[in-house]
Amino acid sequence: MQESIKNRKTEWEESVLNKVLQKFPERKETFTTGSDKPVERLYLPQEESKGDYLEKLGFPGEYPYTRGVQPTMYRGRLWTMRQYAGFGTAEESNERYKYLLDQGQTGLSIAFDLPTQIGYDSDDPVSMGEVGKVGVAIDSLKDMEILFSGIPLDKVSTSMTINAPAAILLAMYIAVAEKQGVTRDRIRGTIQNDILKEYIARGTYIFPPAPSMRLINNTFEFCSKEVPKWNTISISGYHIREAGSTAVQEIAFTIADGIEYVRNAMSTGLDVDQFAGRLSFFFNAHNDLFEEAAKYRAARRIWARIMKEKFSARKEKSMMMRFHTQTAGSTLTAQQPDNNVIRVTIQTLAAVLGGTQSLHTNSKDEALALPTEDSVRVALRTQQIVAHESGAANTVDPLAGSYFVEQMTDEIEKEALEYIEKIEKMGGMVRAIEAGYVQKEIQDSAYRYQKAVEKGERIVVGVNKFTVEEEEPRGLLKVDPALRDVQIKKIEEIKDSRDGSKVEAALAALKRGAADESVNLMPLILDAVHAYATLGEITGVLREEFGEYRESIVL
Amino acid sequence: MERKTRIEIAKPGLDGHDRGAKYIARALKDAGYEVIYTGIRQTPESIVATAIQEDVDFVGLSLLSGAHNELFPRVVELLKTEGAEDIIVFGGGVIPEEDIEPLTKKGIQAIFRPGTPISAVIDFIESKKKTTAA
Repeated sequence: MQESIKNRKTEWEESVLNKVLQKFPERKETFTTGSDKPVERLYLPQEESKGDYLEKLGFPGEYPYTRGVQPTMYRGRLWTMRQYAGFGTAEESNERYKYLLDQGQTGLSIAFDLPTQIGYDSDDPVSMGEVGKVGVAIDSLKDMEILFSGIPLDKVSTSMTINAPAAILLAMYIAVAEKQGVTRDRIRGTIQNDILKEYIARGTYIFPPAPSMRLINNTFEFCSKEVPKWNTISISGYHIREAGSTAVQEIAFTIADGIEYVRNAMSTGLDVDQFAGRLSFFFNAHNDLFEEAAKYRAARRIWARIMKEKFSARKEKSMMMRFHTQTAGSTLTAQQPDNNVIRVTIQTLAAVLGGTQSLHTNSKDEALALPTEDSVRVALRTQQIVAHESGAANTVDPLAGSYFVEQMTDEIEKEALEYIEKIEKMGGMVRAIEAGYVQKEIQDSAYRYQKAVEKGERIVVGVNKFTVEEEEPRGLLKVDPALRDVQIKKIEEIKDSRDGSKVEAALAALKRGAADESVNLMPLILDAVHAYATLGEITGVLREEFGEYRESIVL
Repeated sequence: MERKTRIEIAKPGLDGHDRGAKYIARALKDAGYEVIYTGIRQTPESIVATAIQEDVDFVGLSLLSGAHNELFPRVVELLKTEGAEDIIVFGGGVIPEEDIEPLTKKGIQAIFRPGTPISAVIDFIESKKKTTAA
């Protein structure tokens, strides 16, 4: 081994590794392969010629974090297995969460229905047909209390896929925790809170960019003081990829979003190190195993360098890209759904070889309907098999040093940086979105891909090759259409039993606050939530003040 | 000059999954049709208003949230109320097989599920075009 790498290794062991090992011992004394060969923690280049190793790869848990954000990675603690779930009423979802926790899941991930995500109550006319369909319906604090009933919020970490009304759902979560006797400084979790990718790809926006960015800043500031263990944003490439982008575009546009959030927060006077450590990311895992693993490694390196060089971050935490991964819904096929288990396995490996901090694995029936309990269990077992049987978790960054993977990492980094620079030149991500540039780039990629599938240039097993005649599987999960009536009744009860004057006062205060840009809206939202104002009422006040975003259609 | 067949591609409901709708819109445009794409989060009312205003021959509905059983038939009903029942409605998205028959009974003339090649959609349009022209 090269002398310089050897010396740095000793330094790393003393200054980084040993501290971590004292606090967090590894899962086992020794790790071995399936045939009992010992597996070391970290493998390093043996050749003499690796001149740029330290600069480009370095050591895990050290800048630029190419090899991972922790020194021992999964030898210390496995990734968090976090299945995204939620449907129907709060009562039904609560049961599913308890089932998943019983099955060995280690964190919760809440799926909300579309009316909740867009700030409409279940009794709103636009909610027709959508209540409880793609997630759980939450209309007021009451639903949230039911959702987490019997789940101690000091013991689990909870991720909430909520964006435009993220501040409101976070306020509800804080309120439920405090009712359980858990103070807000002890709760752990994530709100997605990433509005830019909603404009780009996912679609659950409410307000225009400026007030949306303000709400995000308000959560950053509030949480940095009051909810220090909360991840205030999950900057998401997942949906950009689902919309049809390439791997390069996925990380480029996500990081460009991240740059916009950091710049925006700093422009309101927040110090970068005050909030950047709580930024988290969310990526997709597709079938191309090596490209995907390279993608995560490149993304970590790019983000570390941008935070250090562009934003002068000083804290290590501010430079670390921590991310959640979900396997790719768009790769699942309605045809021969059992094949999806194999796809998800490959994608799981990609995420693990790429060093993810948490993972959701999709269920095989998701191209057909919401997953059943049985298929969710298989999806969770897939993670557990990769974790405990495959050996991929026994050493740090196993693909490092592969000629193929390292070159792919470099290329993805270079191409992503070109995109990022181009967007910066356009004036940043908000401008690029308003110009339709990002949407158009993604659509072109999606169109190219689909054409290639149609022509048979790309093979999708069971769809355009190796097809069979088959019957659709039975027993798919159905959401009861009468659910909307159940929710409407609950809203009526809440409105009858709450103190109406308190609600009015809280909403009036929120409206005044919304009109004054210098006010942090989080405390006002908390007051409204405590008074059992509904999600639709709170969002409604903000809609009046902020207006609504209209999509710029690009085709 | 022969009038081009006009097709509205619309997304009723609240879901933002527009990859499929945009692909269909663009591929049909490439195939020579006049395509009007509405964008996401359209109400059945606004979809029907666009259909009439744009004088379309077909309305293609795309929905992935599971609200198809409520929203697709609503579009057909409203077209009828407006006296525009000659406009042919078809749909696509994540739609379980068992829902297809009830939907066709309610006037949605074809449902295209994930993995359907664009040629199947074009064949459908061409076959219906002939019957309406006759």
